[in-house]
Amino acid sequence: MSDPVPYAREDAGAPPSLFPDYRSTVIRSPREPLVRIPATLTETTGPTGCWDRLMGPALADLTTQHAGVPLGQRIIVTGRVLDEAGRAVPDTVMEIWQANAAGRYIHERDQWDAPHDPNFTGAGRVVTDADGRYRFVTVRPGAYPWGNHRNAWRPAHIHLSLLGPAFATRLVTQLYFPDDPLIEIDPIANAVPMPCRQRMVARLDMDVTEPNWALGYRFDVVLKGREQTPFEEDHHD
Amino acid sequence: MTDPADRQPDPRANNQDPVLFGQTPSQTVGPFFHYGLPWKGGADLVGKSDMGARPDLFPEAHYVLNLSSPSGVPEGTVIELTGRVIDGAGDGVPDAMIEIWQANAAGRYRSHDDARDDVPLDPHFVGFGRASTDDEGRYRFRTIMPGRVPGPGNSLQAPHIALSIFGRGLIKRLATRVYFDGAAGNEDDLVLAQVPAARRRTLIARADEAGAWSLDLVLQGAGETVFFDL
Ligand SMILES: [Fe+3]
Repeated sequence: MSDPVPYAREDAGAPPSLFPDYRSTVIRSPREPLVRIPATLTETTGPTGCWDRLMGPALADLTTQHAGVPLGQRIIVTGRVLDEAGRAVPDTVMEIWQANAAGRYIHERDQWDAPHDPNFTGAGRVVTDADGRYRFVTVRPGAYPWGNHRNAWRPAHIHLSLLGPAFATRLVTQLYFPDDPLIEIDPIANAVPMPCRQRMVARLDMDVTEPNWALGYRFDVVLKGREQTPFEEDHHD
Repeated sequence: MTDPADRQPDPRANNQDPVLFGQTPSQTVGPFFHYGLPWKGGADLVGKSDMGARPDLFPEAHYVLNLSSPSGVPEGTVIELTGRVIDGAGDGVPDAMIEIWQANAAGRYRSHDDARDDVPLDPHFVGFGRASTDDEGRYRFRTIMPGRVPGPGNSLQAPHIALSIFGRGLIKRLATRVYFDGAAGNEDDLVLAQVPAARRRTLIARADEAGAWSLDLVLQGAGETVFFDL
């Protein structure tokens, strides 16, 4: 069989693995250079069409998982999953997790002094439609402190995880909010060079916002695309 | 002036700006992914156990991610794959997540992009799994030995499992492969051949006393695992 068309390498917006301002990268990032390997079926395939069986059913509304309504600002987060050529990535799983409106995670290891919300867990999962569209309803997460340096606070963010069509397109990222001044002093966001850092900032969109119900944010996710197949050699006469 | 109902706020620079269009950058999973990503049974690709999850890290009422529902027992040899994730100080990494992707026993991927109809799919096998590391940094999967799949040109790859590491302090996932000591094809595998000979052993799992395939994943320093630029 002919070799599969490889996926593109990372572009100028990719952060480094070692970013000393984010302290735990210092002892956890590799020191040897990455080894370039040819793209085979292993890298150009990924699980497709079996999400329910693999992970369980979709959970698109994080505000109705418990008996009551969670506290905080209800928001809609929606957008499309695209490849680098702007084509939709349909039928791919997108998972999210986040802190509650006070900035506290439902997690044993998150022990700072902000309240839990018994009506909010903060985990969701959807599959993109034929146009690559996804939509979640949740509450806006709060900022929270972390131990990276004195007075370190993460900007409000939602963690996003996407598989895309292939092992090569796997992406975990974070969505930030457009009115948050903490982004520009956050070592994790700052590992991504400007202006590409802004690719992680959602837009408040009045067309997504629902009157008397929830503010709407639009956020497209762009995954690696397949490299162009060369049509023919250029002839220089 | 436009009607207030038709106005949009100044978007500033943001995700929808066409000038910025390009790959969404990677960010760490952080330390608190356990209730959002590794579902119960995610590390058991052949059975119905709870392997892969860490329900000890959050209250049961907040376990909203359900069990997966495997349909039956797949073809092939059941194997266990285990090892520790180790940082640059030699300590286990207790908050990492490992993902695997592999072919079935016949060497076929369950993917639209593997269209080889002459190689059978297994209705009981997907080939994708997730495991959280435990407090000592150990991961553990139960799966089947993958078959061989085509490699570059007309070559045949040795049996292997693609593996990704995520964790606090990892801004980008680290991608590598697991091969199996003594397996047919290891000597001729064109991906292994890209790896400097002295470092190939970092990709080759060995059988431990209990019969499991064991491979430590060393993030940094002596014996550092080979990671790929995909
Ligand atoms: Fe977080």
